[in-house]
Amino acid sequence: MYGKKVKLRFLFLSLILIVFILTIFLVLKSLEENVVYFISPSDIKELGEIDYNKKYRVGGMVKKNSVSMSSDQVNFIITDFKSEISVKFSGAVPNLFSEEKGVVAEGFLKDRNFLNASKILAKHDENYMPPEVKEALKDN
Amino acid sequence: MLNLIGNYSLILALITSLALLIFSFNNFKSNSSFDFRIFATISLQFFLICISFSTLLIAFIKSDFSNLAVYNNSHTTKPLFYKISGAWGNHEGSLLLWLLVLSVFIIIFFFKSKKLLNSFRFLTIFFQQLIIFGFLLFILFTSNPFQLIIPTPIEGLGLNPILQDPALAIHPPILYLGYVGSSIVFSSSLSALVCSYVNKEWANDLKKWTLISWIFLTIGIMLGSIWAYYELGWGGFWFWDPVENVSLMPWFCLTALLHCTSVLEKRSNLQSWTIILALSTFILSMSGTFLVRSGILNSVHTFANDPERGVFVLIFLTILIFLSLIIYFKYNNFEKFNKSFFLSKETAIIINNWFMMYFLSVVLIGTIYPIFLEVITSEKISVGPPYFNQLMIPFLIPFLFIMALGPKLDWIKNKKIETNFTKIILFIISILISYLIAKNFNTQVLYSTLIISSALFLFFVSITDLQNTKLKLSQKISHSAFSILIISIILNSLFSEEVSVNLKKGEEKKLSNYLLKFESISKMEINNFTSLKAEIHVIENNNKLKFHPELRLYEVPKTITSEADIITNLFSDNLVVVNYLKDTDYLNIRYQKKPFMLLIWLSAFMLAVGGLVGLRKNFK
Repeated sequence: MYGKKVKLRFLFLSLILIVFILTIFLVLKSLEENVVYFISPSDIKELGEIDYNKKYRVGGMVKKNSVSMSSDQVNFIITDFKSEISVKFSGAVPNLFSEEKGVVAEGFLKDRNFLNASKILAKHDENYMPPEVKEALKDN
Repeated sequence: MLNLIGNYSLILALITSLALLIFSFNNFKSNSSFDFRIFATISLQFFLICISFSTLLIAFIKSDFSNLAVYNNSHTTKPLFYKISGAWGNHEGSLLLWLLVLSVFIIIFFFKSKKLLNSFRFLTIFFQQLIIFGFLLFILFTSNPFQLIIPTPIEGLGLNPILQDPALAIHPPILYLGYVGSSIVFSSSLSALVCSYVNKEWANDLKKWTLISWIFLTIGIMLGSIWAYYELGWGGFWFWDPVENVSLMPWFCLTALLHCTSVLEKRSNLQSWTIILALSTFILSMSGTFLVRSGILNSVHTFANDPERGVFVLIFLTILIFLSLIIYFKYNNFEKFNKSFFLSKETAIIINNWFMMYFLSVVLIGTIYPIFLEVITSEKISVGPPYFNQLMIPFLIPFLFIMALGPKLDWIKNKKIETNFTKIILFIISILISYLIAKNFNTQVLYSTLIISSALFLFFVSITDLQNTKLKLSQKISHSAFSILIISIILNSLFSEEVSVNLKKGEEKKLSNYLLKFESISKMEINNFTSLKAEIHVIENNNKLKFHPELRLYEVPKTITSEADIITNLFSDNLVVVNYLKDTDYLNIRYQKKPFMLLIWLSAFMLAVGGLVGLRKNFK
């Protein structure tokens, strides 16, 4: 039959193959679990079903006169001029977060009108806008 | 006038580049050794690019707003230091800096390679010149830093204040030195393939260049990370942001290559693999530049989006990749490699390489998967830190153990497996200590214990190895620094604490163990911004800390940045970042406690120092 060398090599190759497949499987599984979808307030209204255990990123503009603050949270409304969604956030607000400016809020949806945000991203300079926000604004 | 000089020297540099391509190729074909012509042209090219870069610098220093790049990125009220750094703080200028570094490196290569095979030298210069040629075309046709505006504006638009920072002023040049260093690695490998020069002598030369780019890349990444830590106010040093990932990928590749070249140098093994790594490093650096510059990646660094630039880099990149593939498959016929046994240094290094490749693929997939998905399904997603942590950290455990044991194995075949008592004792000690640390941390005790103990074990072994004269000094420094880095990062991520609150002036609030008090706020006009300095008191267990975080309001461009106030000691960083919202009296305050931040920076720096020691030894 086959020599010892061939057998060894065969063993080695199959080992590599198994490790390789396992790694790919791991990577894909982890990707699936940790991906955050970007949606606009209108998308939320149109979504067939919402996974309440999954994080979403909602992008749009901070509605005028919608920001209110208390000692432990910030409330505001994100609008894409078609639909809007209320956001509750407690934590540090980025530098350029302000009314009528682009914003992306990341967190869990409570229902189709309410987002419990755990992170807020805002642009870093006046001319710069996260592509996601730009996209959300462009559709209007 | 200044603009014209800069522009024309670039065009002349393009001509010298063409000439060099022809000269070096001819010399390679005729196998001649007389290279004065090449020397003269390289020097001329270097001179021209220097002139061009200096004129841009002068234009920035003098605030010459007839230059479009200056107009877009500078302002008369800006401090001189940032006027200078503004020269490479923008797209056009940064490319000119790339070019300058490219031409510096080709000169260094020319002088330092005199002992090497002549045909190899000419061909390396040829490939390197090809890259320079591409960059010159790119600069001249899509991102010329010397464009004029007529009529000349009186005032510029100003540099993005977030970039007005000492760490970020030197971050791009250092990072570019790393990236561009890998271009020499790239050209040298292609040329060594063609000349069948993939041998010990070449490996020794390649190692120097690999080390140079590795050192600069390490420091460059560290500086960027320091900047993000205190300037962006996100309260961390690594965010798995696409732009960060893009610089980390070539780093993995270079680290693998660094280890791999010693196998080639000592044992003439792994030729193909070395070449593949060397080629991919530069291709990864270039792709990184492409992804960042084209605005495809969603990140802080994305500059104004210009599709034309993206297309050009993409074409250039494709040409380079095809060129390397063709040359690789045409000339890839190495002798059957020398035999080594399973338990040997070679195996340890190969295992290191496998891990590096795994880490690289995880980062690569996490970075480009969103782009692919958007193209295919037009769904927008982002891949967050949990993905990276989940896939990287568990694999660190075996990696660190092997890193602890690998360096002391012998080449070819390890003769005796030392059943060394100190090692077993060290192992037990590290598990015990880790358990004690992890116990305080409620969830996942086993997981945390394993990770900390693997890092601690590596640390103990590297420390005991410090007196071992058999090992190289550079390796000892870098490995112990790496172990400290990993330990600090793990402890930092396990024990970081953070509270945030909105307070009015004079108010205080207790959150978990901390009492936060907004004491006062003062206003001051400084240089080109208005500073709002708040005084925040944080009281923990009768221990009072006073912080003076700052908000800077810039007029041109109209922006706010917040400067964290950080109280640093060896064991922990305490920092406060504030922010305010228009039309409310509230100040948004965030207090963070980050253990071992100083150790993270110090160990990252020591890692690079280890590389420097290795470089010194190699140049002797």
